[in-house]
Amino acid sequence: MIKAILIFNNHGKPRLSKFYEHYSEDTEQQIIRETFHLVSKRDENVCNFLEGGMLIGGSENKLIYRHYATLYFVFCVDSSESELGILGLIQVFVETLDKCFENVCELDLIFHVDKVHNILAEMVMGGMVLETNMNEIITQVDAQNKMEKSEAGIAGAPARAVSAVKNMNLPEMPRNINIGDISIKVPNLPSFK
Amino acid sequence: MALKIVKGSIDRMFDKNLQDLVRGIRNHKEDEAKYISTCIDEIKQELKQDNIAVKANAVCKLTYLQMLGYDVSWAAFNIVEVMSSSKFTYKRIGYLAASQCFHESTDVIMLTTNQIRKDLSSPNQYDTGVALTGLSCFVTPDLARDLANDIMTLMSHTKPYIRKKAVLIMYKVFLKYPESLRPAFPRLKEKLEDPDPGVQSAAVNVICELARRNPKNYLSLAPLFFKLMTSSTNNWVLIKIIKLFGALTPLEPRLGKKLIEPLTNLIHSTSAMSLLYECVNTVIAVLISLSSGMPNHSASIQVSFSRHAHTFSLKYLGLLAMSKILKTHPKSVQSHKDLILQCLDDKDESIRLRALDLLYGMVSKKNLMEIVKKLMLHVDKAEGTTYRDELLTKIIDICSQSNYQYISILVELTRLEGTRHGHLIASQMLDVAIRVKAIRAFAVAQMATLLDNAHLLTGNTQRNGICEVLYAAAWICGEFSEHLEEPMATLEAMLRPKVATLPGHIQAVYVQNAAKLFATVLRGQEGAPADSTVAQETSQLLIDRLPLFVQSSNLEVQERASCILQLVKYIQKLQQKDVEVAEEVTALFAGELNPVAPKAQKKVPVPEGLDLDVWINEPPSGSESEDEGRKSKGKAVFAKDESRHTKPRYTEVDEKELAKRREVRKAEQANNPFYIKASPSSQKVYQDGVGVEHIPVVQIDLSVPLKVPGMPMSDQYVKLEEERRERNKADKKKKKDKKKREKGEKGRRRRGDSGPESEEDITPAHMVDIVTEEMPESRDNHIRSDPDL
Repeated sequence: MIKAILIFNNHGKPRLSKFYEHYSEDTEQQIIRETFHLVSKRDENVCNFLEGGMLIGGSENKLIYRHYATLYFVFCVDSSESELGILGLIQVFVETLDKCFENVCELDLIFHVDKVHNILAEMVMGGMVLETNMNEIITQVDAQNKMEKSEAGIAGAPARAVSAVKNMNLPEMPRNINIGDISIKVPNLPSFK
Repeated sequence: MALKIVKGSIDRMFDKNLQDLVRGIRNHKEDEAKYISTCIDEIKQELKQDNIAVKANAVCKLTYLQMLGYDVSWAAFNIVEVMSSSKFTYKRIGYLAASQCFHESTDVIMLTTNQIRKDLSSPNQYDTGVALTGLSCFVTPDLARDLANDIMTLMSHTKPYIRKKAVLIMYKVFLKYPESLRPAFPRLKEKLEDPDPGVQSAAVNVICELARRNPKNYLSLAPLFFKLMTSSTNNWVLIKIIKLFGALTPLEPRLGKKLIEPLTNLIHSTSAMSLLYECVNTVIAVLISLSSGMPNHSASIQVSFSRHAHTFSLKYLGLLAMSKILKTHPKSVQSHKDLILQCLDDKDESIRLRALDLLYGMVSKKNLMEIVKKLMLHVDKAEGTTYRDELLTKIIDICSQSNYQYISILVELTRLEGTRHGHLIASQMLDVAIRVKAIRAFAVAQMATLLDNAHLLTGNTQRNGICEVLYAAAWICGEFSEHLEEPMATLEAMLRPKVATLPGHIQAVYVQNAAKLFATVLRGQEGAPADSTVAQETSQLLIDRLPLFVQSSNLEVQERASCILQLVKYIQKLQQKDVEVAEEVTALFAGELNPVAPKAQKKVPVPEGLDLDVWINEPPSGSESEDEGRKSKGKAVFAKDESRHTKPRYTEVDEKELAKRREVRKAEQANNPFYIKASPSSQKVYQDGVGVEHIPVVQIDLSVPLKVPGMPMSDQYVKLEEERRERNKADKKKKKDKKKREKGEKGRRRRGDSGPESEEDITPAHMVDIVTEEMPESRDNHIRSDPDL
């Protein structure tokens, strides 16, 4: 069984925390800090398993982690799970995120943590592995997203427009857009939040 | 009214959604807590609205804040409200929030039962799916009991998506409500043969988890799983089944035999590392349980395995597996010694540590030297302190089984820098030197070199640093100085000014052993009929160098140095009168110190008439104040312990030696300005002694008796004892190795010495936890012969 799934960045800030056993919020934060402490000390070319910290079951549980760019993906599991299998599962998770967010980066996880939860829910349920086939997972996720869109319908349009404008980051837009022979100069609009 | 509605909807447009919240928090890095509390207030306002969309948005934000560590249980009811929305989007948000923060003591959980039931029977499969997912995180015994039937029905739903989730959640339901297992089990077994691979996988998962908890009950399913194992292609299913078999084989040996072949096939055919590893693991477990040996089999598997071990994780797991084999089939692991030695070179520290453990387990008399040599090579190359320290500890462990090379290895180890095991090496050196007479000469020679090169080690003066070794070196040279080739040179080395930079306890040992060496040197020099000037030179050397130590800030060093200085000055005076003092000086340090076994004390028969449990004094009366009573009791207990501790310090020596020692001891007491004589008449006895007794003693006339009530001991004794006990606690390691026997009649009295010329009582650091000392046989006379008892 999986006890917890944590994603945090290189400074230990949590990007996703899913606990399959109940802990108080304080304990959860402590576990995140402790796990970060254990995992960040590891060198790049050592093996990806270590024993769990004291707060999350100690030596009975293992921490299986992978480090991608700025993020650590950590699965805390007990002895019934295969370590290498879980490593593979982390890989599938990340690839699924990549497919769903199109070249996923940390910012996507920061701003859309609810979507990440929804994707994770299709892979792991109640601490047990539900689905490992990436295509199957993505099919289900897409179907549910479609449902969400159809429910929001027309009423959702203004809200989505406002969101889109808020998300637009004008200063970052390219100054010059080159499409073939046409070159368009973009005026320098003030940003508004 | 209309305006309010319009205003309301405009407000709603500017409600923060999750992204706005996150962005806001990122923009308020300095006053994050304040900003968040503002947001929480806004959320509370939003939750008061009727609009379910607004509530859902608020709950979504709350879920994010919960991840940051904020308690959101106050919004539990609102979460339930959102869960009961008819729209899938909001429902999903509600269930997610519930799965993050609901738990058994959340009271609103009861309100969810009907809602969940409704969702479970919803025509929309995603509603059902979302409900099942959420429920799996917060299911309680009540919920399990109420919903078990609904979920069981779902196990036969038309959609495999639902079936899969229903099967998987049954495990959580079983955990919370075990009675549901029996009716559900047949259906669960059916699902093992479900056409959909996802459902099958879920069923295997659940049954494997159940079987791990209670293997016996699931043995009957073994044939079914066997069939699955041979037919399935899904790696996860295979891994789970193989792990299950690993748990079942201890109960059913025939199962193990049947498994070996399909497992070996899988090993050779699969390309998935995870599956390969699990297969190997299980094969090993099977072979061990079969315990019919088959070392060849396991060896062949190991070889094939190690060929694959190009990834670090695999190497690590391989080493782990080998450690398991080691316990039952050590021989088969022996053949892979080279492979393991190779692993010592690995970049990964955990692999190195595992390999080290394995090697330690594999050590035997024949390969001991070879392994230790290789380890020494590694120690030289090793960087990184934890690994190095591990290596050192292991080397010391291995070597303590073979003494001869031990000393040279220990000396080599001391050349290493940056180790924290100085005291370990030191204690080992002392241990070996004391116990093994044969190598004393060799040890002493090595130690002398060490002392000469002490300047290399004095740089590292951290606690437990390598300079601790000098402690051992000095003591060994002093105690076994008869083996020294050039005692004069070593004496000179011990008294160099640089020694003053060492930690206090080491300096104390240096000073004390310098005195011992002095005795040896004198003996050597006076034996030669040549000039006595050489002997006087030696004394002069000591007199020159000791004042540095007399000024030390460490009390122990100061005491010893000043006492030895006085002694040497006196000896010099004698030498100028051409008196042969070597004999007496040697007598100061006469007697051999032998290790005493820890259980020695138990073997001491309690003498007749002595009841250890009886109060020696009157127990304090009840009218005394609590504190007083406790204090005196404390003191009495403490003092009583003293008597118990000090009694059993006996060695087997003849009467002559005893008399000699008694004399010298009394001489020390004469020197000790703090010692309170038992009776003035006995003072006359002291005048009979030669040499040392003529040193004028200043008597301090104390009007206040320094007696501990009830015990004929001096205050100083008690204080010293306390000091020593503290030092004992601090030097526990040394205690373990130093087992000395000390004499009884001197026992208590010697404690009274302030320390300098305490002959057998060399340094407090060498003292052992006396209560557990083993006693030699005959020492009965000693108690009675002590006039002071």
